[in-house]
Amino acid sequence: MTKDECKQLVLDIIADIAPDEDLNDVKPDVRLRDQLQLDSMDFLDIVMELRKRHGIEVPESDYLQLSTLNSCADYLTPRFNAIPAKG
Amino acid sequence: MNTRTHYDVVIIGAGMSGLAAGIRLAHFGHRVCIFERHNSVGGLNGFYSHAGRKFDVGLHAMTNFVPPGRKGTPLTRLLRQLRIDRDEFALCEQLQSRVAFGPAGECALRFTNDPTVLESEIAAAFPAQIDGYRRLVAEVKAFDDVALDAKPASARQMVRRHITDQLLEDMLFCPLMYYGSASEHDMDFGQFAIMFKALFLEGFARPLEGVRVILRVLLAKYRAAGGERRMKCGVQRILSRGDRALAVVLDDGSEITAAHVISSIGAPETGQLLAAAPAQTAEGIPPGRLSFVETISIFRRHPAEFGWGRDSIVFFNDKTRFEYARPAELVDPRSGVLCIPNNFAYGPGAALPEGVVRVTCLANYDRWAGLDGEAYQAAKSRWFPEIQRRATRFLPPPPSPALVEESRIATDMFTPRTIHRFTGRLGGAVYGSPSKNRLGTTRLNNVFLCGTDQGFLGIVGAMLSGISIANYHILRKK
Repeated sequence: MTKDECKQLVLDIIADIAPDEDLNDVKPDVRLRDQLQLDSMDFLDIVMELRKRHGIEVPESDYLQLSTLNSCADYLTPRFNAIPAKG
Repeated sequence: MNTRTHYDVVIIGAGMSGLAAGIRLAHFGHRVCIFERHNSVGGLNGFYSHAGRKFDVGLHAMTNFVPPGRKGTPLTRLLRQLRIDRDEFALCEQLQSRVAFGPAGECALRFTNDPTVLESEIAAAFPAQIDGYRRLVAEVKAFDDVALDAKPASARQMVRRHITDQLLEDMLFCPLMYYGSASEHDMDFGQFAIMFKALFLEGFARPLEGVRVILRVLLAKYRAAGGERRMKCGVQRILSRGDRALAVVLDDGSEITAAHVISSIGAPETGQLLAAAPAQTAEGIPPGRLSFVETISIFRRHPAEFGWGRDSIVFFNDKTRFEYARPAELVDPRSGVLCIPNNFAYGPGAALPEGVVRVTCLANYDRWAGLDGEAYQAAKSRWFPEIQRRATRFLPPPPSPALVEESRIATDMFTPRTIHRFTGRLGGAVYGSPSKNRLGTTRLNNVFLCGTDQGFLGIVGAMLSGISIANYHILRKK
């Protein structure tokens, strides 16, 4: 998986959690919280959807890694790519 | 037929909060079952059929209405959490509501879903108080009402720092108390702030078909997420060892084991399930003292044809001082809430098929519960016309009272005893115990409370309560 594909998966999750947000122009280097109305409940949902859909666990101590789209991609892409190796 | 004997989570009660908790848990892969003693869902916000008509029980309208696009409010938070598209609720806004005090409502404040209407009404009726009112609004807006660790404070005292006119103070408290206070005379400021936002800064709306539209959406989500439910299947006990629940015992005696139990039936009521001896109130949580009667009139004409105007909801009090307390008599008819469900903006061509007027007044559970069958029926017959007569004084007088009477085609009335019978709430206390438990914890570390006694209020609050408890105690911990 590429980092761009990873960003798209994160955006897909946000689109389902917050269908009332406009995601056409999300800047990858700006904190998601600063450009979208996402509260702590929404961030918890991003984490839980990652687990539900992709089997990826994000421990609470790593939540800060999900603050921008770029940091999401940096943090999650290696984890996505590690999934088949596990199986 | 659901016949498993073990679940990740057992939820007691299929009201709004239990259904919302169930949707969250099932969506994230937990095996969940909701057990409901009654044969229909909704609990305190349900509906029933009588003589071929469906009647709503519970709140007259959904509070917390905000228009699409206004984010970060309870309604939008709940829609996101439950993955509900706001069109599914098909909410239609109120036309206008009023707080009316004095023998025929001479002192009135109108409010709508636009908060500037109430502000200008106060500026006109209480010019000396408007600055204080604005400061109060600012304080309410700044208050963090979802903090789980807020310190209790008297709302009366907090409000008096800004509002010095007793009449205005009581007029502001009246709707907020009627729509959610489990405490007599005063409220906790946190509860006041939640209710103030829900009614005065956000607003009222309802689906054309009433509360069952909301319940239908919740049930469909729950089913689609894989949640199970068993109806006419109450829980009579929770079995525990040490500080953990092991299983619930159903009314038929069978046992269901569970890793977690969420109870939406109330704190004292849950205490009874946990107590060794049945019917013992455990954990010292007092049941609420406040209950209500409701009278419903069905008309073959729209109430506007009687000259009753366009009010959606009228909060009335025929004195200048407002007393929110359990009455000594069966009913306290001095104050109450009158709702005309026809008066919502349903859009062109959409209307309720019949006229409806609902009136709610404070009532004394013990007095109603103490009446035998005949005396109970006689009390209902005596109070029904009295309550409707007292309440309709706060509407414009109809040019033809005879037209009102000849148009009335059906009536119904429920009492604190009815509420207890169908919801299991001790004392028919629809707002639960005055002592709220924000964290929803019990003496068992895998049994949690949601709903009324957790402390979020109204239909939206009930759903957010179920969501919060599922998130905080179960989903966050995986």
